[in-house]
Amino acid sequence: MSLSLRSVTYRYAGSSRRVLRSLDLNIERGEVLGVVGANDAGKSTLCLVAAGLAPTTIGGRLDGEVAIDGAPSAGARPHELAQRCGVLFQNPVTQLSGTTATVWEEIAFGPRNLGLALEAIVERVAWALSLLDIDVLAPRDPARLSGGQAQLVALASVLALRPAYLVLDEPTSQLDPQGTQLAGEAFARLTRSGEVGILLVEHKTDLLERLANRVAVLAEGELVAVGPAAGVLADERLEAWGVDPPARVRLARAAERAGVQLPVSAA
Amino acid sequence: MSETGGVPEIVPEFVLPPPTGAYRRLNPTTKLLIALAEALIAFGVRGWSGPVVVLAIVLASGARAGVGARLVPFLLATIPLVASILLVNTFLYPGATDRIFVLGPLAPTWTGLVFAGQATLRVIAFAMSAAVLGLTTGPDELVADLERRGMGRRTAFVLSATVRSVPRVLERVREITEAQRARGLDTEGRIWRRVRGLVPLAGPLLFGALTDVEEQTMALEARGFSAPARRAVIRTFPDSTPQRALRLLLAAGTPLVLLVSVIGMLGFLP
Repeated sequence: MSLSLRSVTYRYAGSSRRVLRSLDLNIERGEVLGVVGANDAGKSTLCLVAAGLAPTTIGGRLDGEVAIDGAPSAGARPHELAQRCGVLFQNPVTQLSGTTATVWEEIAFGPRNLGLALEAIVERVAWALSLLDIDVLAPRDPARLSGGQAQLVALASVLALRPAYLVLDEPTSQLDPQGTQLAGEAFARLTRSGEVGILLVEHKTDLLERLANRVAVLAEGELVAVGPAAGVLADERLEAWGVDPPARVRLARAAERAGVQLPVSAA
Repeated sequence: MSETGGVPEIVPEFVLPPPTGAYRRLNPTTKLLIALAEALIAFGVRGWSGPVVVLAIVLASGARAGVGARLVPFLLATIPLVASILLVNTFLYPGATDRIFVLGPLAPTWTGLVFAGQATLRVIAFAMSAAVLGLTTGPDELVADLERRGMGRRTAFVLSATVRSVPRVLERVREITEAQRARGLDTEGRIWRRVRGLVPLAGPLLFGALTDVEEQTMALEARGFSAPARRAVIRTFPDSTPQRALRLLLAAGTPLVLLVSVIGMLGFLP
Protein backbone atom coordinates (compact mmCIF):
# COMPACT_ATOMS: atom_id res chain seq x y z
CA MET A 1 0.00 0.00 0.00
CA SER A 2 1.91 3.05 -1.22
CA LEU A 3 1.94 6.14 -3.39
CA SER A 4 4.63 5.46 -5.91
CA LEU A 5 6.35 7.40 -8.66
CA ARG A 6 8.28 5.34 -11.17
CA SER A 7 10.72 6.97 -13.61
CA VAL A 8 8.63 10.13 -13.59
CA THR A 9 9.60 12.93 -15.94
CA TYR A 10 7.30 15.94 -16.35
CA ARG A 11 7.14 18.97 -18.64
CA TYR A 12 4.60 21.78 -18.32
CA ALA A 13 2.34 22.42 -21.30
CA GLY A 14 4.09 24.55 -23.90
CA SER A 15 7.52 24.01 -22.39
CA SER A 16 10.29 21.63 -23.42
CA ARG A 17 12.05 21.92 -20.07
CA ARG A 18 11.88 18.80 -17.92
CA VAL A 19 10.88 20.12 -14.49
CA LEU A 20 11.07 16.63 -12.97
CA ARG A 21 13.59 14.09 -14.26
CA SER A 22 13.40 10.33 -13.85
CA LEU A 23 12.10 10.42 -10.29
CA ASP A 24 11.56 7.23 -8.30
CA LEU A 25 9.79 7.72 -4.99
CA ASN A 26 7.65 5.61 -2.73
CA ILE A 27 5.49 6.81 0.17
CA GLU A 28 4.13 4.09 2.43
CA ARG A 29 1.05 4.49 4.58
CA GLY A 30 2.08 5.38 8.09
CA GLU A 31 5.14 7.24 6.83
CA VAL A 32 6.11 10.90 6.45
CA LEU A 33 8.43 11.49 3.51
CA GLY A 34 9.95 14.96 3.74
CA VAL A 35 11.02 16.71 0.53
CA VAL A 36 13.51 19.56 0.57
CA GLY A 37 15.28 21.54 -2.11
CA ALA A 38 16.20 25.03 -3.24
CA ASN A 39 13.66 27.33 -4.89
CA ASP A 40 12.72 26.17 -8.38
CA ALA A 41 13.97 22.65 -7.67
CA GLY A 42 10.59 21.22 -8.73
CA LYS A 43 9.06 20.59 -5.30
CA SER A 44 5.64 22.13 -6.06
CA THR A 45 5.56 20.34 -9.42
CA LEU A 46 6.31 17.09 -7.61
CA CYS A 47 3.26 17.75 -5.43
CA LEU A 48 1.04 18.28 -8.48
CA VAL A 49 2.32 15.13 -10.15
CA ALA A 50 2.09 12.98 -7.02
CA ALA A 51 -1.48 14.15 -6.40
CA GLY A 52 -2.44 13.37 -9.99
CA LEU A 53 -3.33 16.99 -10.85
CA ALA A 54 -0.52 17.10 -13.40
CA PRO A 55 -1.18 16.34 -16.14
CA THR A 56 -4.87 15.45 -15.50
CA THR A 57 -6.00 18.97 -14.62
CA ILE A 58 -3.23 21.30 -15.75
CA GLY A 59 -1.96 19.46 -18.81
CA GLY A 60 1.68 18.96 -19.66
CA ARG A 61 3.46 15.73 -20.48
CA LEU A 62 4.16 12.99 -17.97
CA ASP A 63 6.46 10.09 -18.70
CA GLY A 64 6.70 7.24 -16.22
CA GLU A 65 3.95 6.20 -13.84
CA VAL A 66 2.26 7.50 -10.72
CA ALA A 67 0.22 4.90 -8.86
CA ILE A 68 -1.81 5.02 -5.68
CA ASP A 69 -2.05 1.68 -3.92
CA GLY A 70 -1.18 0.01 -7.20
CA ALA A 71 -3.79 1.83 -9.29
CA PRO A 72 -2.33 4.21 -11.90
CA SER A 73 -3.40 7.85 -11.50
CA ALA A 74 -3.41 8.37 -15.25
CA GLY A 75 -6.95 8.34 -16.54
CA ALA A 76 -8.51 8.59 -13.07
CA ARG A 77 -11.05 11.36 -12.64
CA PRO A 78 -10.05 14.26 -10.38
CA HIS A 79 -12.78 13.55 -7.83
CA GLU A 80 -11.68 9.91 -7.63
CA LEU A 81 -8.11 11.03 -7.01
CA ALA A 82 -9.31 13.49 -4.36
CA GLN A 83 -10.51 10.62 -2.21
CA ARG A 84 -7.23 8.74 -2.58
CA CYS A 85 -4.72 11.56 -2.37
CA GLY A 86 -5.36 14.98 -0.82
CA VAL A 87 -3.21 17.95 -1.74
CA LEU A 88 -2.55 21.24 0.02
CA PHE A 89 -1.00 24.13 -1.89
CA GLN A 90 1.26 26.90 -0.66
CA ASN A 91 -1.32 29.67 -0.88
CA PRO A 92 -4.21 28.94 1.47
CA VAL A 93 -6.35 31.76 0.08
CA THR A 94 -6.75 30.11 -3.30
CA GLN A 95 -7.24 26.74 -1.61
CA LEU A 96 -10.43 27.94 0.06
CA SER A 97 -13.57 27.77 -2.05
CA GLY A 98 -14.52 31.42 -1.53
CA THR A 99 -18.19 30.48 -1.46
CA THR A 100 -18.93 29.72 2.17
CA ALA A 101 -19.99 31.90 5.06
CA THR A 102 -18.36 29.93 7.87
CA VAL A 103 -15.23 27.86 8.39
CA TRP A 104 -17.49 24.94 9.28
CA GLU A 105 -19.12 25.05 5.85
CA GLU A 106 -15.74 25.53 4.18
CA ILE A 107 -14.43 22.30 5.69
CA ALA A 108 -17.71 20.59 4.76
CA PHE A 109 -17.30 21.72 1.12
CA GLY A 110 -15.14 18.73 0.06
CA PRO A 111 -17.15 16.00 1.82
CA ARG A 112 -20.35 17.51 0.39
CA ASN A 113 -18.86 17.37 -3.10
CA LEU A 114 -18.26 13.67 -2.61
CA GLY A 115 -21.96 13.16 -1.94
CA LEU A 116 -21.58 12.02 1.65
CA ALA A 117 -24.61 11.91 3.95
CA LEU A 118 -25.02 14.84 6.29
CA GLU A 119 -24.18 12.74 9.36
CA ALA A 120 -20.84 11.71 7.81
CA ILE A 121 -20.10 15.31 6.80
CA VAL A 122 -20.76 16.58 10.33
CA GLU A 123 -18.56 13.86 11.79
CA ARG A 124 -15.69 14.60 9.39
CA VAL A 125 -15.80 18.35 9.97
CA ALA A 126 -15.76 17.86 13.74
CA TRP A 127 -12.84 15.42 13.42
CA ALA A 128 -10.78 17.75 11.21
CA LEU A 129 -11.44 20.77 13.43
CA SER A 130 -10.52 18.82 16.51
CA LEU A 131 -7.38 17.29 14.98
CA LEU A 132 -5.93 20.75 14.34
CA ASP A 133 -7.44 22.24 17.50
CA ILE A 134 -9.26 24.94 15.56
CA ASP A 135 -12.82 24.34 16.79
CA VAL A 136 -12.91 27.98 17.85
CA LEU A 137 -12.62 29.06 14.20
CA ALA A 138 -15.70 27.08 13.10
CA PRO A 139 -18.18 30.02 13.13
CA ARG A 140 -15.75 32.50 11.54
CA ASP A 141 -15.96 33.86 7.99
CA PRO A 142 -13.16 32.18 5.97
CA ALA A 143 -12.54 35.45 4.13
CA ARG A 144 -11.59 37.17 7.38
CA LEU A 145 -8.95 34.77 8.67
CA SER A 146 -5.27 35.54 9.15
CA GLY A 147 -2.79 33.78 6.83
CA GLY A 148 -1.93 31.19 9.46
CA GLN A 149 -5.56 30.54 10.34
CA ALA A 150 -6.43 30.20 6.65
CA GLN A 151 -3.61 27.69 6.24
CA LEU A 152 -4.95 25.57 9.11
CA VAL A 153 -8.49 25.75 7.69
CA ALA A 154 -7.21 24.76 4.24
CA LEU A 155 -5.40 21.84 5.84
CA ALA A 156 -8.53 20.82 7.76
CA SER A 157 -10.48 21.00 4.49
CA VAL A 158 -8.10 18.50 2.89
CA LEU A 159 -8.08 16.24 5.95
CA ALA A 160 -11.89 16.12 5.90
CA LEU A 161 -11.68 14.27 2.59
CA ARG A 162 -9.94 11.44 4.53
CA PRO A 163 -7.54 10.52 1.73
CA ALA A 164 -5.09 7.67 2.20
CA TYR A 165 -2.22 9.94 1.17
CA LEU A 166 -1.57 13.60 1.79
CA VAL A 167 0.63 15.76 -0.40
CA LEU A 168 1.43 18.94 1.50
CA ASP A 169 3.30 21.80 -0.16
CA GLU A 170 4.83 23.92 2.61
CA PRO A 171 1.79 23.56 4.87
CA THR A 172 3.36 25.56 7.68
CA SER A 173 4.79 28.46 5.65
CA GLN A 174 2.41 31.00 7.23
CA LEU A 175 2.19 29.43 10.68
CA ASP A 176 3.81 30.74 13.83
CA PRO A 177 5.88 28.31 15.93
CA GLN A 178 2.81 27.24 17.91
CA GLY A 179 0.79 26.62 14.76
CA THR A 180 3.70 24.74 13.20
CA GLN A 181 3.93 22.51 16.26
CA LEU A 182 0.17 21.93 16.17
CA ALA A 183 0.26 20.96 12.50
CA GLY A 184 3.27 18.71 13.13
CA GLU A 185 1.46 16.92 15.93
CA ALA A 186 -1.57 16.44 13.67
CA PHE A 187 0.62 14.90 10.94
CA ALA A 188 2.26 12.61 13.49
CA ARG A 189 -1.13 11.46 14.79
CA LEU A 190 -2.36 10.79 11.28
CA THR A 191 0.59 8.64 10.31
CA ARG A 192 0.72 6.86 13.66
CA SER A 193 -2.57 5.18 12.79
CA GLY A 194 -0.80 3.57 9.84
CA GLU A 195 -3.66 4.53 7.50
CA VAL A 196 -2.19 7.71 6.04
CA GLY A 197 1.04 8.41 4.22
CA ILE A 198 2.32 11.98 3.89
CA LEU A 199 4.57 13.62 1.32
CA LEU A 200 5.64 16.80 3.06
CA VAL A 201 7.47 19.56 1.20
CA GLU A 202 9.05 21.83 3.81
CA HIS A 203 11.80 24.38 4.20
CA LYS A 204 11.64 23.98 7.98
CA THR A 205 14.15 21.18 8.39
CA ASP A 206 13.73 21.29 12.18
CA LEU A 207 10.14 20.18 11.68
CA LEU A 208 11.21 17.45 9.26
CA GLU A 209 13.84 16.22 11.67
CA ARG A 210 11.14 15.67 14.29
CA LEU A 211 8.48 14.35 11.96
CA ALA A 212 9.80 12.69 8.82
CA ASN A 213 10.76 9.04 8.61
CA ARG A 214 12.69 9.68 5.40
CA VAL A 215 13.80 12.79 3.54
CA ALA A 216 14.34 13.29 -0.17
CA VAL A 217 16.40 16.14 -1.63
CA LEU A 218 15.37 17.57 -4.97
CA ALA A 219 17.79 19.64 -7.07
CA GLU A 220 16.94 20.90 -10.56
CA GLY A 221 14.21 18.30 -10.89
CA GLU A 222 16.33 15.33 -9.87
CA LEU A 223 16.46 13.36 -6.68
CA VAL A 224 19.98 13.76 -5.35
CA ALA A 225 19.46 12.05 -1.99
CA VAL A 226 16.81 9.90 -0.33
CA GLY A 227 17.13 8.14 2.99
CA PRO A 228 16.40 8.17 6.72
CA ALA A 229 15.70 11.73 7.91
CA ALA A 230 18.58 11.91 10.40
CA GLY A 231 21.12 10.86 7.81
CA VAL A 232 19.97 13.08 4.94
CA LEU A 233 19.51 16.16 7.11
CA ALA A 234 23.05 15.77 8.44
CA ASP A 235 24.53 15.33 4.94
CA GLU A 236 27.47 17.68 4.35
CA ARG A 237 26.17 18.54 0.88
CA LEU A 238 22.78 19.81 2.09
CA GLU A 239 23.73 23.50 2.04
CA ALA A 240 25.23 23.14 -1.43
CA TRP A 241 21.82 21.86 -2.53
CA GLY A 242 20.26 25.06 -1.19
CA VAL A 243 18.82 23.62 2.03
CA ASP A 244 19.47 24.84 5.56
CA PRO A 245 20.33 21.94 7.88
CA PRO A 246 18.35 21.69 11.14
CA ALA A 247 19.49 23.86 14.07
CA ARG A 248 20.82 20.81 15.89
CA VAL A 249 23.12 19.94 12.98
CA ARG A 250 24.30 23.54 12.55
CA LEU A 251 24.99 23.81 16.28
CA ALA A 252 26.96 20.56 16.29
CA ARG A 253 29.06 21.72 13.34
CA ALA A 254 29.72 25.12 14.89
CA ALA A 255 30.75 23.47 18.14
CA GLU A 256 33.03 21.10 16.28
CA ARG A 257 34.69 23.97 14.43
CA ALA A 258 35.18 25.81 17.72
CA GLY A 259 36.51 22.72 19.41
CA VAL A 260 33.68 22.73 21.96
CA GLN A 261 32.43 19.43 23.29
CA LEU A 262 28.61 19.45 23.35
CA PRO A 263 26.60 17.42 25.85
CA VAL A 264 25.25 14.22 24.29
CA SER A 265 21.64 15.47 24.45
CA ALA A 266 22.49 18.55 22.34
CA ALA A 267 24.60 16.70 19.82
CA MET B 1 -39.40 22.53 3.41
CA SER B 2 -39.77 24.03 6.85
CA GLU B 3 -41.95 27.08 7.43
CA THR B 4 -39.20 28.67 9.48
CA GLY B 5 -36.07 27.28 7.79
CA GLY B 6 -32.88 26.44 9.64
CA VAL B 7 -30.29 23.72 9.76
CA PRO B 8 -30.69 20.07 10.69
CA GLU B 9 -30.17 19.48 14.41
CA ILE B 10 -26.79 17.84 13.90
CA VAL B 11 -25.37 20.95 12.18
CA PRO B 12 -24.09 23.71 14.49
CA GLU B 13 -26.55 26.58 14.88
CA PHE B 14 -24.03 29.23 13.81
CA VAL B 15 -24.16 27.88 10.26
CA LEU B 16 -27.46 29.70 9.79
CA PRO B 17 -27.93 32.66 12.13
CA PRO B 18 -31.64 33.32 12.66
CA PRO B 19 -32.84 36.14 10.37
CA THR B 20 -34.24 39.21 12.05
CA GLY B 21 -36.94 41.56 10.78
CA ALA B 22 -40.09 40.80 8.83
CA TYR B 23 -38.70 41.29 5.32
CA ARG B 24 -35.41 39.54 6.09
CA ARG B 25 -37.29 36.42 7.15
CA LEU B 26 -38.64 35.95 3.63
CA ASN B 27 -37.15 33.10 1.65
CA PRO B 28 -34.08 34.27 -0.39
CA THR B 29 -35.64 33.13 -3.66
CA THR B 30 -38.82 35.05 -2.85
CA LYS B 31 -36.72 38.19 -2.30
CA LEU B 32 -34.85 37.57 -5.55
CA LEU B 33 -38.08 37.24 -7.49
CA ILE B 34 -39.49 40.38 -5.85
CA ALA B 35 -36.34 42.31 -6.87
CA LEU B 36 -36.48 40.97 -10.44
CA ALA B 37 -40.18 41.83 -10.76
CA GLU B 38 -39.54 45.32 -9.39
CA ALA B 39 -36.72 45.91 -11.88
CA LEU B 40 -38.73 44.64 -14.84
CA ILE B 41 -41.82 46.68 -13.97
CA ALA B 42 -39.79 49.81 -13.21
CA PHE B 43 -38.23 49.69 -16.66
CA GLY B 44 -41.01 47.97 -18.58
CA VAL B 45 -44.16 49.88 -17.68
CA ARG B 46 -44.44 53.15 -19.58
CA GLY B 47 -45.04 56.51 -17.94
CA TRP B 48 -44.71 57.49 -14.30
CA SER B 49 -46.80 54.73 -12.77
CA GLY B 50 -44.33 51.83 -13.06
CA PRO B 51 -41.28 53.46 -11.46
CA VAL B 52 -43.34 55.38 -8.86
CA VAL B 53 -45.22 52.30 -7.66
CA VAL B 54 -42.04 50.20 -7.61
CA LEU B 55 -40.10 52.87 -5.74
CA ALA B 56 -42.86 53.13 -3.15
CA ILE B 57 -42.87 49.35 -2.66
CA VAL B 58 -39.07 49.19 -2.48
CA LEU B 59 -38.83 51.99 0.07
CA ALA B 60 -41.57 50.41 2.17
CA SER B 61 -39.75 47.05 2.00
CA GLY B 62 -36.50 48.70 3.00
CA ALA B 63 -38.12 50.43 5.94
CA ARG B 64 -39.82 47.20 7.01
CA ALA B 65 -36.46 45.41 6.83
CA GLY B 66 -34.81 48.15 8.89
CA VAL B 67 -32.31 49.11 6.18
CA GLY B 68 -33.77 52.50 5.25
CA ALA B 69 -30.72 54.52 6.29
CA ARG B 70 -28.34 52.06 4.61
CA LEU B 71 -30.02 52.75 1.27
CA VAL B 72 -28.58 56.27 1.18
CA PRO B 73 -25.10 55.30 -0.13
CA PHE B 74 -26.75 53.32 -2.93
CA LEU B 75 -28.88 56.35 -3.75
CA LEU B 76 -25.80 58.57 -3.82
CA ALA B 77 -24.06 56.09 -6.11
CA THR B 78 -26.70 56.73 -8.77
CA ILE B 79 -25.93 60.48 -8.88
CA PRO B 80 -23.43 60.41 -11.81
CA LEU B 81 -25.79 58.34 -13.95
CA VAL B 82 -28.86 60.33 -12.93
CA ALA B 83 -27.08 63.62 -13.59
CA SER B 84 -26.08 62.54 -17.08
CA ILE B 85 -29.61 61.27 -17.81
CA LEU B 86 -31.11 64.58 -16.68
CA LEU B 87 -28.63 66.73 -18.62
CA VAL B 88 -28.62 64.77 -21.85
CA ASN B 89 -32.38 64.30 -22.07
CA THR B 90 -33.45 67.72 -20.85
CA PHE B 91 -31.12 69.60 -23.18
CA LEU B 92 -30.68 67.23 -26.11
CA TYR B 93 -33.94 65.31 -26.42
CA PRO B 94 -34.26 64.60 -30.17
CA GLY B 95 -37.20 66.24 -31.93
CA ALA B 96 -38.60 68.07 -28.89
CA THR B 97 -39.72 71.65 -29.54
CA ASP B 98 -41.56 72.63 -26.32
CA ARG B 99 -38.76 74.72 -24.92
CA ILE B 100 -38.77 75.73 -21.25
CA PHE B 101 -36.41 78.64 -21.90
CA VAL B 102 -33.60 79.62 -24.23
CA LEU B 103 -30.24 80.76 -22.94
CA GLY B 104 -27.71 81.04 -25.71
CA PRO B 105 -27.16 77.57 -27.10
CA LEU B 106 -29.06 75.97 -24.20
CA ALA B 107 -32.70 75.08 -24.86
CA PRO B 108 -34.14 72.56 -22.37
CA THR B 109 -37.49 71.05 -23.33
CA TRP B 110 -40.49 69.88 -21.31
CA THR B 111 -40.57 66.61 -23.25
CA GLY B 112 -36.93 65.96 -22.43
CA LEU B 113 -37.44 66.86 -18.79
CA VAL B 114 -40.39 64.49 -18.39
CA PHE B 115 -38.49 61.68 -20.09
CA ALA B 116 -35.43 62.36 -17.94
CA GLY B 117 -37.59 62.40 -14.79
CA GLN B 118 -39.12 59.04 -15.61
CA ALA B 119 -35.75 57.51 -16.53
CA THR B 120 -34.27 58.84 -13.29
CA LEU B 121 -37.05 57.26 -11.26
CA ARG B 122 -36.52 53.95 -13.08
CA VAL B 123 -32.79 53.97 -12.31
CA ILE B 124 -33.36 54.87 -8.67
CA ALA B 125 -36.10 52.26 -8.27
CA PHE B 126 -33.84 49.61 -9.77
CA ALA B 127 -30.86 50.62 -7.62
CA MET B 128 -32.95 50.66 -4.44
CA SER B 129 -34.49 47.31 -5.32
CA ALA B 130 -31.07 45.71 -5.80
CA ALA B 131 -29.86 47.37 -2.61
CA VAL B 132 -32.75 46.04 -0.53
CA LEU B 133 -32.06 42.54 -1.87
CA GLY B 134 -28.33 42.85 -1.18
CA LEU B 135 -28.81 44.28 2.30
CA THR B 136 -31.35 41.69 3.40
CA THR B 137 -29.98 38.57 1.69
CA GLY B 138 -26.46 37.16 1.93
CA PRO B 139 -25.13 35.79 -1.38
CA ASP B 140 -24.46 32.47 0.36
CA GLU B 141 -28.08 32.27 1.48
CA LEU B 142 -29.38 32.98 -1.99
CA VAL B 143 -27.05 30.53 -3.70
CA ALA B 144 -27.69 27.81 -1.11
CA ASP B 145 -31.44 28.16 -1.60
CA LEU B 146 -31.17 28.19 -5.40
CA GLU B 147 -28.92 25.14 -5.28
CA ARG B 148 -31.41 23.34 -3.07
CA ARG B 149 -34.03 24.12 -5.72
CA GLY B 150 -31.93 22.37 -8.35
CA MET B 151 -29.60 25.03 -9.74
CA GLY B 152 -26.41 23.35 -11.06
CA ARG B 153 -23.39 23.15 -8.78
CA ARG B 154 -21.17 25.00 -11.24
CA THR B 155 -23.66 27.82 -11.76
CA ALA B 156 -24.07 28.14 -8.01
CA PHE B 157 -20.33 28.23 -7.55
CA VAL B 158 -19.75 30.86 -10.22
CA LEU B 159 -22.47 33.10 -8.76
CA SER B 160 -21.29 32.77 -5.20
CA ALA B 161 -17.57 32.99 -5.95
CA THR B 162 -18.11 36.08 -8.10
CA VAL B 163 -19.92 37.95 -5.36
CA ARG B 164 -17.51 36.89 -2.64
CA SER B 165 -14.41 37.64 -4.74
CA VAL B 166 -15.14 41.38 -4.82
CA PRO B 167 -13.58 42.16 -1.40
CA ARG B 168 -10.54 40.04 -2.32
CA VAL B 169 -10.02 41.93 -5.57
CA LEU B 170 -10.35 45.26 -3.75
CA GLU B 171 -7.81 44.08 -1.18
CA ARG B 172 -5.41 43.12 -3.96
CA VAL B 173 -5.87 46.52 -5.62
CA ARG B 174 -4.96 48.15 -2.30
CA GLU B 175 -1.87 45.94 -1.90
CA ILE B 176 -0.65 46.61 -5.43
CA THR B 177 -1.30 50.35 -5.06
CA GLU B 178 0.70 50.46 -1.84
CA ALA B 179 3.51 48.44 -3.42
CA GLN B 180 3.62 50.78 -6.42
CA ARG B 181 3.57 53.84 -4.15
CA ALA B 182 6.45 52.36 -2.14
CA ARG B 183 8.36 52.23 -5.42
CA GLY B 184 7.71 55.90 -6.09
CA LEU B 185 4.61 55.81 -8.28
CA ASP B 186 2.42 58.90 -7.83
CA THR B 187 -1.20 57.78 -7.52
CA GLU B 188 -2.54 60.93 -5.90
CA GLY B 189 -3.01 64.52 -6.91
CA ARG B 190 -4.59 65.63 -10.17
CA ILE B 191 -7.01 63.41 -12.00
CA TRP B 192 -4.71 62.69 -14.95
CA ARG B 193 -2.02 61.54 -12.54
CA ARG B 194 -4.46 59.17 -10.90
CA VAL B 195 -5.53 57.82 -14.27
CA ARG B 196 -1.89 57.34 -15.25
CA GLY B 197 -1.36 55.55 -11.94
CA LEU B 198 -3.97 52.97 -12.90
CA VAL B 199 -1.86 51.58 -15.73
CA PRO B 200 0.77 49.84 -13.55
CA LEU B 201 -2.09 48.42 -11.48
CA ALA B 202 -3.68 46.58 -14.37
CA GLY B 203 -0.87 44.13 -15.15
CA PRO B 204 -0.29 42.73 -11.64
CA LEU B 205 -4.03 42.67 -10.99
CA LEU B 206 -4.81 40.76 -14.19
CA PHE B 207 -1.92 38.29 -13.97
CA GLY B 208 -2.53 37.79 -10.24
CA ALA B 209 -6.18 37.04 -10.92
CA LEU B 210 -5.29 34.55 -13.67
CA THR B 211 -2.84 32.76 -11.39
CA ASP B 212 -5.44 32.65 -8.65
CA VAL B 213 -7.98 31.15 -11.04
CA GLU B 214 -5.57 28.40 -12.10
CA GLU B 215 -4.67 27.56 -8.51
CA GLN B 216 -8.28 27.66 -7.41
CA THR B 217 -9.30 25.35 -10.25
CA MET B 218 -6.73 22.82 -9.11
CA ALA B 219 -7.81 23.22 -5.49
CA LEU B 220 -11.46 22.67 -6.43
CA GLU B 221 -10.63 19.52 -8.34
CA ALA B 222 -8.57 18.33 -5.39
CA ARG B 223 -11.65 18.80 -3.21
CA GLY B 224 -13.90 16.70 -5.41
CA PHE B 225 -15.78 19.56 -7.04
CA SER B 226 -16.36 17.66 -10.28
CA ALA B 227 -17.80 14.60 -8.53
CA PRO B 228 -21.21 13.81 -9.99
CA ALA B 229 -22.77 13.07 -6.58
CA ARG B 230 -25.68 15.14 -5.26
CA ARG B 231 -24.58 17.39 -2.41
CA ALA B 232 -26.23 17.15 0.98
CA VAL B 233 -28.35 20.16 1.89
CA ILE B 234 -27.01 21.95 4.93
CA ARG B 235 -29.10 25.11 5.00
CA THR B 236 -32.80 25.44 4.46
CA PHE B 237 -34.57 28.76 4.51
CA PRO B 238 -37.99 29.84 5.64
CA ASP B 239 -40.76 29.23 3.20
CA SER B 240 -44.52 29.04 3.36
CA THR B 241 -47.61 28.53 1.23
CA PRO B 242 -48.27 32.30 0.94
CA GLN B 243 -44.67 32.81 -0.23
CA ARG B 244 -45.00 30.06 -2.81
CA ALA B 245 -48.21 31.70 -4.00
CA LEU B 246 -46.46 35.07 -4.15
CA ARG B 247 -43.61 33.63 -6.23
CA LEU B 248 -46.09 32.07 -8.62
CA LEU B 249 -47.93 35.35 -8.87
CA LEU B 250 -44.70 37.25 -9.56
CA ALA B 251 -43.49 34.72 -12.13
CA ALA B 252 -46.78 34.75 -14.02
CA GLY B 253 -47.95 38.29 -13.29
CA THR B 254 -44.82 40.25 -14.18
CA PRO B 255 -44.65 39.16 -17.83
CA LEU B 256 -48.39 39.76 -18.05
CA VAL B 257 -48.07 43.32 -16.74
CA LEU B 258 -45.23 43.98 -19.19
CA LEU B 259 -47.24 42.58 -22.08
CA VAL B 260 -50.29 44.65 -21.18
CA SER B 261 -48.09 47.74 -20.96
CA VAL B 262 -46.39 47.08 -24.28
CA ILE B 263 -49.69 46.66 -26.18
CA GLY B 264 -50.94 49.92 -24.68
CA MET B 265 -53.65 48.61 -22.38
CA LEU B 266 -52.23 50.62 -19.47
CA GLY B 267 -52.56 53.87 -21.39
CA PHE B 268 -55.05 55.20 -18.84
CA LEU B 269 -52.27 55.32 -16.21
CA PRO B 270 -50.20 58.50 -15.87
